[in-house]
Amino acid sequence: MRPDAALSARLVVERAGFRLDAGLEADPGEVVALLGPNGAGKSTALRALAGLVPLSSGHVTVEGTDLTTTPTEHRPIGMVFQDYLLFGHMSALDNVAFGPRCQGVGRARARALAADLLDRFGLSDQARLRPRELSGGQAQRVALARALAARPRLLLLDEPLAALDAHTRVAVRSRLRGDLADFDGATVLVTHDPLDAMVLADRVTVIENGAVVQQGRPADIARRPRTAYVARLVGLNLYRGVASGTRVEVRVADGGPVEVTIAERRYGDVFVAFAPRAVALYRERPGGSPRNAWPARIDGVERFGDQVRVHLDGDLPLSADVTPAALAELGLGVGDRIWAGVKAMEIAAYQA
Amino acid sequence: MLVWTRTSRSVLVVLFVVVFGVIVVAPLAVIGLAAVAASWRGVLPGGLTGAHLAAATGGDALASALVSVQTALIASAGSVLLGGWAAFALHGSRGRIRRLADGLLHLPMAVPSVVVGLGLLVAFSHPPLLLNGTRWIVLIAHLVLVLPFSYSTVSAALERADPDIALVAACLGASPARVLLTVRLPLALPALAASAGLALALSMGELGATIMLYPPDWRTLPVGIFAQSDRGALFAASASTVVLLGLTLVGLLALNSVRTRAAER
Repeated sequence: MRPDAALSARLVVERAGFRLDAGLEADPGEVVALLGPNGAGKSTALRALAGLVPLSSGHVTVEGTDLTTTPTEHRPIGMVFQDYLLFGHMSALDNVAFGPRCQGVGRARARALAADLLDRFGLSDQARLRPRELSGGQAQRVALARALAARPRLLLLDEPLAALDAHTRVAVRSRLRGDLADFDGATVLVTHDPLDAMVLADRVTVIENGAVVQQGRPADIARRPRTAYVARLVGLNLYRGVASGTRVEVRVADGGPVEVTIAERRYGDVFVAFAPRAVALYRERPGGSPRNAWPARIDGVERFGDQVRVHLDGDLPLSADVTPAALAELGLGVGDRIWAGVKAMEIAAYQA
Repeated sequence: MLVWTRTSRSVLVVLFVVVFGVIVVAPLAVIGLAAVAASWRGVLPGGLTGAHLAAATGGDALASALVSVQTALIASAGSVLLGGWAAFALHGSRGRIRRLADGLLHLPMAVPSVVVGLGLLVAFSHPPLLLNGTRWIVLIAHLVLVLPFSYSTVSAALERADPDIALVAACLGASPARVLLTVRLPLALPALAASAGLALALSMGELGATIMLYPPDWRTLPVGIFAQSDRGALFAASASTVVLLGLTLVGLLALNSVRTRAAER
């Protein structure tokens, strides 16, 4: 256990037919994503951190304070539940003021604090509204503001984006990233969406059947999946770079920047992501202008369902999914030098 | 609608309107008319008078009406307090104790009111608890009879509520007492108002147990109506019924406005 950790926990929860045993650590300001399939125990882990589920053994330490036996209401935590669960009988403002009120702050001051926070979140126009009058994205942000208003030292988010429709999710996800960056305590978020984990988290802990199967930086997890579940889950090639129009300079850990062409104009820090199945392999450099083509060397080949996943090493390390037939036709094997091509249209690019 | 052709649907609607009109609307209309009838020998009353209604809103009848209102208010408040408390206390518990408590609280619903009345009469006619002949025995009977309805109304609402909402409040630092006062009770307010309304309406109309138990100084309106109709004073009974309906309606409307306001918040 590191003494300077913002969160250090070992969570053991035993129930009939189920056992969770997971260790979690986080530095100040760090966002840790718990990623895993349904029933893996990630929500149980989150509830155990909050004290809503009793530990069979283990410990929860936040900033050096042992909270293992502290009741929920006395833990310095902020929790955002999956469906946000705003208090329907209170305005957005009173929802946010609830935490400070519980800590003994006077009504007027608590409301002033809440108004400030909503203002910072760009929600001052919604302060007087009832939760049912808020959009899904607004409700998510009010729920986050409510959790932060209690000045928690540990922020817990249960599937923070699952209740939103796909369209809203993209916008809320990038705003959430900004909000979490401003929070100086540790954050643990539970998600089953690999994209949430990649975009929002500094570190990912993958849980399967109640046990941690992989931990690391999102990029590492994406590049070297250790189980079929993780491989399927992070079935994405994700990079971070600086965009200028339709050109993105992607920084790769080892080596110089690589140029990626995208379909829509972007500027500044961006993520670019594309699925392995969007990658096509060629013997010779392919023609056609909106197409990205990078030279690469085949690092590994593995069967993956009815596809073959080809791991490519080169300026831009990436995974490509092709059919076994296509691979045979090209006559490719490990160590061969080839070209990997991805259409600009197939690449998602969004603000980092 | 289970019936798909246009004709059969119209036939059904007409049939329903006729049956509903004959067995529900007509008796109420007749009571309304009888309350203001000077005499009634033909199809329609022979002349109108306000004498019955005047009698029903003064003297003994007025006293009965006031007794009914007080009984209903006390029984309703008591049953919301007791039934609501029981529902909150048992919420979330499972297993044998829960089933036993559920069964006991629902028992008076299954037992005929005459049985409840007789039971109270036999139990409280001798010391140490001699309540027979006092108004308390009537109030207790009403409370016992309406309690199951209050309990099950609030209990059902709590079952439907999201169990995590109390956890949210705890995560924000709220003590259990604060969670109850600022979150759980306000969220249950519509159900509490509904249960109060139900208890009020049931108590205003209760006759079976009351008629076995009432002391001379605590005669409820339904008992008065029964006595009037028993001795053939049908116009007077109708007038008292109109008063009973009016009072019940006012009470229900008042509680309904509380409920609507609570639900809108």
